[in-house]
Amino acid sequence: MNFGFSDDQQAIKRTAREFLAARYPLATVRQLAEDDRGFTDAQWQEIAELGWPGVIIPEERGGLGLGVIELVVIAEEMGYALAPSPWFSTTCAALMLTAAGTEAQRERWLEPLASGEARGTLAVWDEHAGWAPDHSEVEPGPDGTLSSVKIAVPDAASADFVIVSGADGRHYLHNVSDPGITLVAEAGIDPTRKLSRVELDGAAVEPLEHAPDKIALAYATIVTLLAAENVGAAQRAMEMAVTYAKDRNQFDRPIGSYQAVSHRCAQMLLEVEGARSLSYWAGWALDNEPDTGPRAASMAKAYAGDAGFRVTASALQVHGGIGFTYEHDLHFFLKRAHANGHAFGDSRWHRDRVADLAGV
Amino acid sequence: MDLTLSPAEEAFRDELREWLEANNPGREPAGDEAAFQFRLAWQRKLHEAGWAGVSWPKEYGGRGATLIEQAIFNEEVVRARTPSVANVLALAMGGPTVIAHGTEEQRKRYLPPILSGDEIWCQGFSEPGAGSDLASLKTRAVRHGDEWVVTGQKVWTTFAHHAKWCMLVARTDPEAPKHKGLTYFLMDMEQDAVQVRPLRQITGESEFNELFIEEARIPHENIVGAEGEGWGVAITTLMHERATLAFGLQVSVQIALRELIDSAHETRGDNGHVATEDPVIRQHLAQLLIESEVLRLNAYRGLSAVMRSGVPGPEGSLGKWHWSEVNQSLTEVAMEIAGPRAMLADDNWTYRFLRSRANSIEGGTTEILKNIVAERVLGLPRMR
Repeated sequence: MNFGFSDDQQAIKRTAREFLAARYPLATVRQLAEDDRGFTDAQWQEIAELGWPGVIIPEERGGLGLGVIELVVIAEEMGYALAPSPWFSTTCAALMLTAAGTEAQRERWLEPLASGEARGTLAVWDEHAGWAPDHSEVEPGPDGTLSSVKIAVPDAASADFVIVSGADGRHYLHNVSDPGITLVAEAGIDPTRKLSRVELDGAAVEPLEHAPDKIALAYATIVTLLAAENVGAAQRAMEMAVTYAKDRNQFDRPIGSYQAVSHRCAQMLLEVEGARSLSYWAGWALDNEPDTGPRAASMAKAYAGDAGFRVTASALQVHGGIGFTYEHDLHFFLKRAHANGHAFGDSRWHRDRVADLAGV
Repeated sequence: MDLTLSPAEEAFRDELREWLEANNPGREPAGDEAAFQFRLAWQRKLHEAGWAGVSWPKEYGGRGATLIEQAIFNEEVVRARTPSVANVLALAMGGPTVIAHGTEEQRKRYLPPILSGDEIWCQGFSEPGAGSDLASLKTRAVRHGDEWVVTGQKVWTTFAHHAKWCMLVARTDPEAPKHKGLTYFLMDMEQDAVQVRPLRQITGESEFNELFIEEARIPHENIVGAEGEGWGVAITTLMHERATLAFGLQVSVQIALRELIDSAHETRGDNGHVATEDPVIRQHLAQLLIESEVLRLNAYRGLSAVMRSGVPGPEGSLGKWHWSEVNQSLTEVAMEIAGPRAMLADDNWTYRFLRSRANSIEGGTTEILKNIVAERVLGLPRMR
């Protein structure tokens, strides 16, 4: 029993923290938030050189062949830095292909994904989607093509292929260079992650294998990564609030000496640490105890979804008026944490899933 | 990261489980004295089999096991629903304090009878005028030769009427700043100068006592740590209370939650539907499942930290605070599920509902724990 990272995992964490702090200071994050594409080729190239797009891609396909826990480590740091990057969307695509890609699809895409030459994304939500993370009513037509609309697809504008979810848990790969796809940029509440509306009209698609159990684990991994991102974002917002509470004086003393403020900060720590424990546990379970994995992942997503918003919102309150200005960086963290809370099933949906899995 | 037990830890757990299955004496009898004797007999049985003081050094009668094994023990006894042991305060707090701050003579003198149950301990910290502001306590100790003469009043003293020793914090230097003038004594309870009166609580029971101390005598050698350093020693006791009890507490929450879910399956809510089909109740129960998992995981993460640093840190305050909130909301959800039965006093859920009100007060109020987290973990400025 040891609830700590291995030396290798600690090295990944340290590298990630240092690299992201050097390359994505908040001035850069802000610039990218205002940019349509949201990242530069040079920035993507650097992330590819670290091997991050291929963390879970097997070594024989050019990846690092590591586990979910390593993805969790990186996702937490990405959330802490709030680095705008197609890393998350490409990782989603890699997870789907390693889980259920056909041999031809893996052959075609995994190596280029791992090296960073290609990027993919995952289009899940139908235009009139409900709360479920993966529910879709899309079915291919008689000629095998897809016609449908998917909303809030991350980084679709810079992806080489899109994996589209359909009815009955089936998934389809569409190569963006083939005809039948229109991408319309959608303004996201979180400007550090670029979203598109994906309109398919008779688009040629190749189905992935129908492997519901493996696909379910891929989704569990995705929600765990969002939970981990929220841990990082909430940690950063809490640090900003604590620093501000020490520096800001009102009524001749630091506001952090008032219990109304300091207890708010203590509450942030409680929630950040709870979300952290759950997301590490979920990452570990998905690697080591697949039976526990989906329950742990839904617990982590539900808790971190709530905590991410509550902690960042509470940090904003500690900042007072300055926290409500666009010039202050805090709102970027609040927006990411909020959006993550509603992606791939909100907290309510995941709590209901926890209840199901626990026999309630 | 490895969240499974090592083969050695698993062997420890299996051996313990087997032993508990064969030796668990079952439910306590009713009545304070009968329950105490039952707990005492259980502790003696544990001690004879080598299960008392699991992580204490072997030379003082402990098992010399790791902190993980101690945690496994604390989890397993709750899971097996064994009775409490008679000397719980000495095992969880007094003993670890003597191990940390006592002299070699004190360790040899006090630790073995703690484990055997021959000497029961109680805790004399809080006073009517010194609760959260513990360091303002007024119980006075004055030195007369080799003895200290103590006068004052203590409150919330669990097990005082059974105790041989009291962990007593008293003011020995009224001139010094309030944190510096305190000394930590082990006071013999078997003297007429110490009077014990039961304190009736909102549940109707009397788990706690008031202690009236009128010129009680304590030999100088019964000081733990140094004269004037009682505050630091007392903090060690409280940190142990918050850190080590966390393991049993999180398991008892999980067991209570399982019982609550079972009872919800058998309860009719709106329109005759089973309570677990109610979406709001489902959300509440799921949130409790998640929060109780957080308690478990944080306890293990905290333990990893203790094993690195050797002493429980201020982070332990998070666990106690969080546990009290989870346990209170669990009993509140139980009252929602109970419907009109929430009006009836019973010995199960309405009892637990009332008893849980103390959770955010006993062992440090939530407000004080938040201060500790804010000041000592986050480094925020002190209130004053």
